[in-house]
Amino acid sequence: MTPALAISDLSATLPNGQRVLRSVSLTVEPGEVRALVGESGAGKSMIGKAVLGVLPPSVRIVEGSIRLEGQDLSALTPKQRRRVVGARTALIPQDPLTALNPSRRIGPQMTDRLVHILGWAGDRADKRVRQLLDEVHIRDPDRVMRAYPHELSGGMRQRVLIAAAFASEPRLIVADEPTTALDVTVQKQILRLIAQLQKEHGTAILFVTHDLGVVAKISQKVTVLYAGKVVEEADTAALFADPQHAYTRALMAATPKYTDPLASLRPVDEAVLAGLAAEIALADHDWRPASG
Amino acid sequence: MAEPLFKVSGLKVALPDMTRKPLIGRAPMVEILKGLDFELPRRSVTGIVGESGSGKSTLGRALVRLIEPSGGSVAFDGRDVTHLAEPELRPLRRNLQMIFQDPMSSLNPRHTIGAIIAAPLKQNGLGDNLAARVAEALKRVGLPEHFAKRYRHELSGGQRQRVGIARALALSPNFVLADEIVSGLDVSTQAQILTLLEKLADEMGLTVAFISHDLSVIRRLCRQVIVMRNGEIVEQGPTDALFAAPQHQYTRDLIAAIPLPEIDADWLKAG
Repeated sequence: MTPALAISDLSATLPNGQRVLRSVSLTVEPGEVRALVGESGAGKSMIGKAVLGVLPPSVRIVEGSIRLEGQDLSALTPKQRRRVVGARTALIPQDPLTALNPSRRIGPQMTDRLVHILGWAGDRADKRVRQLLDEVHIRDPDRVMRAYPHELSGGMRQRVLIAAAFASEPRLIVADEPTTALDVTVQKQILRLIAQLQKEHGTAILFVTHDLGVVAKISQKVTVLYAGKVVEEADTAALFADPQHAYTRALMAATPKYTDPLASLRPVDEAVLAGLAAEIALADHDWRPASG
Repeated sequence: MAEPLFKVSGLKVALPDMTRKPLIGRAPMVEILKGLDFELPRRSVTGIVGESGSGKSTLGRALVRLIEPSGGSVAFDGRDVTHLAEPELRPLRRNLQMIFQDPMSSLNPRHTIGAIIAAPLKQNGLGDNLAARVAEALKRVGLPEHFAKRYRHELSGGQRQRVGIARALALSPNFVLADEIVSGLDVSTQAQILTLLEKLADEMGLTVAFISHDLSVIRRLCRQVIVMRNGEIVEQGPTDALFAAPQHQYTRDLIAAIPLPEIDADWLKAG
């Protein structure tokens, strides 16, 4: 089966030549959730942005390919690329308040995408959005669609964005820390909702997070990233049963665990960080961009 | 057992609700804390947990008297400080220190780290031998002496939070309020900062109120816990007992909602 997303050997640099992504390869199969986990600065959000084609101008992709359902995005013109990415992918962002326009009502913000990018008729889009609001358990869709973003709670806003993401039946959703800004009880509801819709719609998700707890609960596959480099890639169950890389083990030991307070919250060992630095120096030493 | 450092009874805080203020006249008051009773034992870390809007930060601010309570009483070290005016509070302030959530916004970008740590020392008549005192404060939090010459933007998130701790502890206070001090940090850095705070609280005999939304962190660090919701205390008690047998449904829900880093296929379905 053709993967929903296949990234291979992706490298990106800053203007000073420093690599921020180091030959990253990963795939997301149709209907599968792949977690992309790492600490701040690991480049996990950058991979999501590279897929969606919204990298900051200072970051340049110098090597590698991104394929959406087999289609190599770098072979397309910018216009074609926007059409393909717009039709086949969607984003669930971290902060629903900044993702929504504060001066527009929710309804039109949800249908915009369907009408303007996919060319749907207005009433068809309207009907579809109502259907999705129902699926995310919003009982009074009329009120919500007429509301402005500030009139909804954080959990409600995130539901609206999840509904909007699934409305166009994308093949791939990039979820960029979608529950980081939420309270734990709301986070659980939102995770449950994403998992449920993902299963029903058979959508592939690239789930960016820093939280190994969330990784364990939502994903089937996982990629661990450090300084723009993949340090470990595994089935989620296998990763937690038997983590291979010292950094993965250190991350697990650092993650707080109320069931085992003494064995958790362990600072990452200096030796592990030194080992990672050596690994990265070695990778950079041997690396030359293919294009020169 | 010794007298607790803080004795709080019937604490109420009400603030004007500016969203409902009429064009002319006063804004109606909204009650944020609705009568809280608790004590903070000396030389011990107490966790205050709750979701956003529960009033946990307001409670912290009332303890260090950045907010004046509208009802009830707060006794600090045997003295009623509920309605003390600022001049009377001033001599107590050196014993009521705070570590903030975001060291990026709580450290002045124009001052060197040395100047930031020296400020409370100078204000409290410890201006002699400043360089040595600053160096000692840095050393205490595991930062090298030459960091005194740096600025906040030259530091990593974890280092900045260490500076926040160094400043709060420079005066060897009795009480430290730590409000969500690790929520902006990566897990590996979070672990370092918590280990440091744990060690310093122990060595210096600090009484700490540790405000957090994360029960896992509280489990590790705190001897007792206060669980808050909607401006009220839902449950309080020793940490071990609270986790072993939470009395209130809300506490059970909070604990159950934490995603543990382990495989559990039923977790998402349950609850």
